Amino acid sequence: MDSLMAYLTHQGGPPLAESTPRPRRGDRSPWNWLLVLPVVVPLLTFVFNEDKPRLAGFPFFYWAQLAFIILGVASTTVVYLMTRRDTGSKGD
Amino acid sequence: MSSRHLTELIVFIILFVLVSALGFVAARWRRPDTMHTLDEWGLGGRSFGSWITWFLIGGDLYTAYTFVAVPALIFGAGAAGFYAVPYTVVVYPLVFLVLIRLWSVSHVHGFVTPADFVRARFGSPLLALLIAITGIVATMPYIALQLVGIQATLKAMGVTGHWPIVIAFAILAAYTYQSGLRAPALIAFIKDALIYLMIIVAVLYIPHKLGGWHHIFGAAQTKFDKTPAPADGTLLNANNQLNYAMLALGSALALFLYPHSVTGVLASKNRNVIKRNMAALPAYSFVLGLIALLGYMAIAAGIKPLTANGKADGNTVVPLLFDHMFPSWFAGVAYAAVGIGALVPAAIMSIAAANLFTRNIYREYFRKDATEREEATVSKLVSLVVKVGAVACILLLDPQFSIDLQLIGGVIILQTLPSVGLGLLTRWFHRDGLMAGWVAGLAAGLWMLYRIPNAATHKAHFGGSAYPLSDLGFDSKLTVYVGMLALLVNLVVAVVATIVLKAVKAADGVDATRTDDYYADEGDPKVAAGSREIEAELA
Repeated sequence: MDSLMAYLTHQGGPPLAESTPRPRRGDRSPWNWLLVLPVVVPLLTFVFNEDKPRLAGFPFFYWAQLAFIILGVASTTVVYLMTRRDTGSKGD
Repeated sequence: MSSRHLTELIVFIILFVLVSALGFVAARWRRPDTMHTLDEWGLGGRSFGSWITWFLIGGDLYTAYTFVAVPALIFGAGAAGFYAVPYTVVVYPLVFLVLIRLWSVSHVHGFVTPADFVRARFGSPLLALLIAITGIVATMPYIALQLVGIQATLKAMGVTGHWPIVIAFAILAAYTYQSGLRAPALIAFIKDALIYLMIIVAVLYIPHKLGGWHHIFGAAQTKFDKTPAPADGTLLNANNQLNYAMLALGSALALFLYPHSVTGVLASKNRNVIKRNMAALPAYSFVLGLIALLGYMAIAAGIKPLTANGKADGNTVVPLLFDHMFPSWFAGVAYAAVGIGALVPAAIMSIAAANLFTRNIYREYFRKDATEREEATVSKLVSLVVKVGAVACILLLDPQFSIDLQLIGGVIILQTLPSVGLGLLTRWFHRDGLMAGWVAGLAAGLWMLYRIPNAATHKAHFGGSAYPLSDLGFDSKLTVYVGMLALLVNLVVAVVATIVLKAVKAADGVDATRTDDYYADEGDPKVAAGSREIEAELA
């Protein structure tokens, strides 16, 4: 969590260099496939439409779906970190 | 008015006044050289970093109405209302790669609205007009519903009558006019701080007083077991599981097609800000999930919704729960959180609707050579008109009408997906094919919505968004989300029409964007306004 906050809060950094001619760019990366996971899993209702096991009194249906939030955050974070462009700036 | 209600109201008013003052001060915050351009007034100078964007988009997407209506849905129907959680989990990874393309191409071309993009991409002012009108029509009732959110809290404090709503919206209109997008961006900090505070206290304190989560879920199950309705319960059943998943997916696909979501995205200063926010925004989904469960807490606490004209108003259960469980001063804080929660999205939505009008109707059809200053002036005035319209909707018409319209809004905004969403990924579609798909999807969606009755509210039409497949002659009790079925019709028509139009070599619009535009980042050169469009028209 700390490292997540660290990169979320990172402000400042040098401004981007004025547009130097670049080679053709793209967003393609095998890491992007990781984004499929949090899109598909929360829609598979037959997997989590159960009362048990309970967690702290929550039926499985509820705590599992709240747990998918962590899956979503983890996947997007990994994809972001692995596909960050080396622009000389770490963003803002 | 009881002294309890008086305390609540005083706390509410103090916080509301504080926030309104901030709204006016916002014009000076990160002060631009001039406020008289749409980039400054309508997009905050396209300069917001990760934190501001997180608060702004969070405040924009998770609205007061959501905070009131989602628990009301859980209170009434149970598990089916929890779709808001998978919806807001699925949405960010789903749009991750698309939004950065939208940001880049908008940065290069200076697009302010999704319709601006469609115009350049497909070389079609008419298709852009359809997209703009769809956006405005879908957004207007959404703004009106924010008033329903404020009204629900006022009712719980025993405040009735129309004047408080009128005053609240007049203040909102004034500072949005003056400060533009900077106002909701600044207010969002307070709104979200209050919402997080309220929900943390609520989920720790209320279950403790009610005897724990086991008891809360038990009370809910007992209630649903007693009702004759087969579809409710703390779990889904065989017939509504598909609808649950489709509603979550359809809502996720629709969310970033709404013009106000696009406004939040375009206001950020670079691609990394968007990527980071896709990872960080689910924090709000967690809060939304907990807020949804307030519906079950209301059941366990024995809350009975207030009635208006003989009909139970489910939107009052959460405010009543606060009134019932919290000390009066903290109930006031919680009400203020919801009330202020209405102001942020209402401001952004009115700005987004105004920008659509200015860019894609006014400039396109009335004043081709409108200056930047003139655009900003028109947008500011239209943002006022939009808010007056929203207030009039709530005061003069049955609020139920706005709720129906918002339901329709979700279905119709989804029909812009092929042009805007897929348009960002591919230029394969023919502009006329997209228009044909839009017409077909819209017609199919409205027809299905018209066919859905609601037994609980005794409505014959527009009773919900779950369409029974038996209506099409299938031997099944399954229901599916109208928006997705309509989108399917839309896509099939658009694909078939495109294949036919290409086969007969029908004239198509010229794409003013280039492949590399979709990867541009902060600091990359922008094209002079309209230059490539002119180039494309000459080609």
